[in-house]
Amino acid sequence: MVHSFRAPPILPWAWLVNRLTSPLTVDDYLGMLDPLWSARHPAGRVGAVRPEGPGAATLTIRPGRGWTGHRAGQYLPVGVEIDGVRHWRTYSITSPPGDSDVTLAVKAHPDGRVSPHMVHRTVPGTVLRLGPAQGEFTLPEPLPDRILFITAGSGITPVMGMLRTLARCRTAPDTLLLHSAPTPAECLFRDELATLEQELPWLRIHLNHTRYDGRLTSDRIAGVCPDWRDRDAWVCGPAGLLDTAERQWASVGLEGRLRVERFHLTPVQPPGEGAVGGRVRFARSGVETDAAAGTPLLAVGEAAGVPMPYGCRRGLCFGCLVPLVEGRVRDLRSGELRHGQSELIQTCVNAAAGSLTLDL
Amino acid sequence: MALPASAPDATRTEELGRELDRLRAEIVTGRGAADAHYIHTVIAVQRGCEVAGRCALAVSLLPPAWVAGTTLLALAKTLDNMELGHNILHGQWDWLGDPAIHSTTWEWDFATPAAAWKRTHNHQHHTYTNVVGRDRDLGYTVLRMAPEQPWHPVHLLQPVFAALLAPVFEWGIALYDLEVDAVPSGRKSLRSFLGEATTLLRKAVRQSAKDYVLFPLLAGPSALPCLLGNLTASAARNIWAHTVIFCGHFPADVHTFTYTEEEIEGESRGEWYLRQIQGSANIEGGPLLHVLSGNLSHQIEHHLFPDLPSNRYAELAPQVREICARHGLPYVSGPLWRQYASMWGRVLRHALP
Repeated sequence: MVHSFRAPPILPWAWLVNRLTSPLTVDDYLGMLDPLWSARHPAGRVGAVRPEGPGAATLTIRPGRGWTGHRAGQYLPVGVEIDGVRHWRTYSITSPPGDSDVTLAVKAHPDGRVSPHMVHRTVPGTVLRLGPAQGEFTLPEPLPDRILFITAGSGITPVMGMLRTLARCRTAPDTLLLHSAPTPAECLFRDELATLEQELPWLRIHLNHTRYDGRLTSDRIAGVCPDWRDRDAWVCGPAGLLDTAERQWASVGLEGRLRVERFHLTPVQPPGEGAVGGRVRFARSGVETDAAAGTPLLAVGEAAGVPMPYGCRRGLCFGCLVPLVEGRVRDLRSGELRHGQSELIQTCVNAAAGSLTLDL
Repeated sequence: MALPASAPDATRTEELGRELDRLRAEIVTGRGAADAHYIHTVIAVQRGCEVAGRCALAVSLLPPAWVAGTTLLALAKTLDNMELGHNILHGQWDWLGDPAIHSTTWEWDFATPAAAWKRTHNHQHHTYTNVVGRDRDLGYTVLRMAPEQPWHPVHLLQPVFAALLAPVFEWGIALYDLEVDAVPSGRKSLRSFLGEATTLLRKAVRQSAKDYVLFPLLAGPSALPCLLGNLTASAARNIWAHTVIFCGHFPADVHTFTYTEEEIEGESRGEWYLRQIQGSANIEGGPLLHVLSGNLSHQIEHHLFPDLPSNRYAELAPQVREICARHGLPYVSGPLWRQYASMWGRVLRHALP
């Protein structure tokens, strides 16, 4: 699926004013007065940091003008400045869509650089850069009749966003959450989960504690949820759990009703044999160059001397979006092909799949 | 006078390379929040001066507003060109990880497009610094600045060229970046030349329309003084940029080199550093001079480490000077007036055979 990106509307007077500020744009000046006024580099301001179990916190963020909204279950690329340098990471959004504030749940990895900073050293008022919300691990429209969520560890976070969204619906599907944490104390959102279960007649929660109960296996899932075949399932957690679920659902031919969310991005890798690159034309600068099938278009453009917009270089921040005028590109993470016609593509994770033209 | 490159023995040259690499590594590992704060501050000051200057020029029928507006706009254009544009386009701030302050996305209020300038400046000039026949910045293809360059009668007029170039320096640079001379020689195809010329034209029209049409029109009754203020600010920026750049490479004691392609290819890290030291000159002065010159007053440090943040050159300078003294190398440095006079002496000297 294509990540949606909505460019901010161009106001009628903006054309003239942008001529007056050339080579900058009005957005550059607005963003300098308050980063939240920038549409080109969306940002948000941290309102509160609330502890959420050991080594975890919920950050409440007020997004600015460039924010284009999200769907429950999506994750958000966040650019945080540490010692002058901007680092990009993604975190699950735990707030329902439509709220003026967005909340993120962040678990501090002991060896990490960014997550401990987010959890322990971020103060209200901190400005974070925001990418557009991403991911297809979301609730469909219309909702299915019965839902099964299976989560482990911090895999609960995107599901928390979905639960809070469902909690606001007048009628919600019959829902079972099967969540696994090492011990009760290490279970994120423990109190809130208990409250939700008490208040919502359609919600059942089963907690699994690996310290005493062991890991979630196919048998255990089937044991807790005998009607798992009849439910639409969402699974999020460590790779082992996702693999288990994928095998279990595939064994009965129901992989279409299973959605999984992998926290670790598939690394960018060159496509397999048979993939060909092509000739890349940069329409505005008039540059033409050959591109290999495994080289991101960002690198192709930079090598050819074209000034390329860029961001995190990892497919997170959408700072490198360029309209694809014609031709096809291949996503180096998933192998998925995409066609032109002014679609905005991320040049840092897409390579040429045949000849193409970029509006740059 | 261009002197032949002095050649210390190979061991000393390699030691020089190691010492300078160490200096570089110290700065790279020490870069942090204070440096980020510096560049953000310069950007804010530049934009503040620009907005204030434009506002004052909008009512520049009043003479004090004209003086203030022109001064502020000249200041803004100078900061944009020197401390911001030149240095950001060198990649000095790429490490911030900020897409808004990056060599691949930055564009400046200067006639030549950033991409064209990066090719002739970052690549050609910084690689072949002061090598006769390779560094086109050595006289910018119209002036004769070294005895090894062939003399033609037209060079008798070069003091006039150099003086006329100063107030329109950005246009000189824009035409120079097009490398018209590379088309007949086959180094550049006619097609890519035309493509670049179109890009330049588009940029130049946009920048000129802003300064010489749109803002004067918006100024209404102050249109004429506003236009004159904008012309004055651009000319002042151009004269200043011309002065700083010519003083950085053309005072009398700066060396030129007659290396062959093979000699440049085979240059060691130490030898490259050595050529950069001998091919550049510093201007001495206070912090304001350094900021307004984009720290190109530390031209030697800039040529040694073109991608280190410019705000660090001042702390590197005494260390580089000490290393040069220890290795018996020249370190050409002097106050602005002396470098300026010396540069003109060289222009005049090489006008003659």
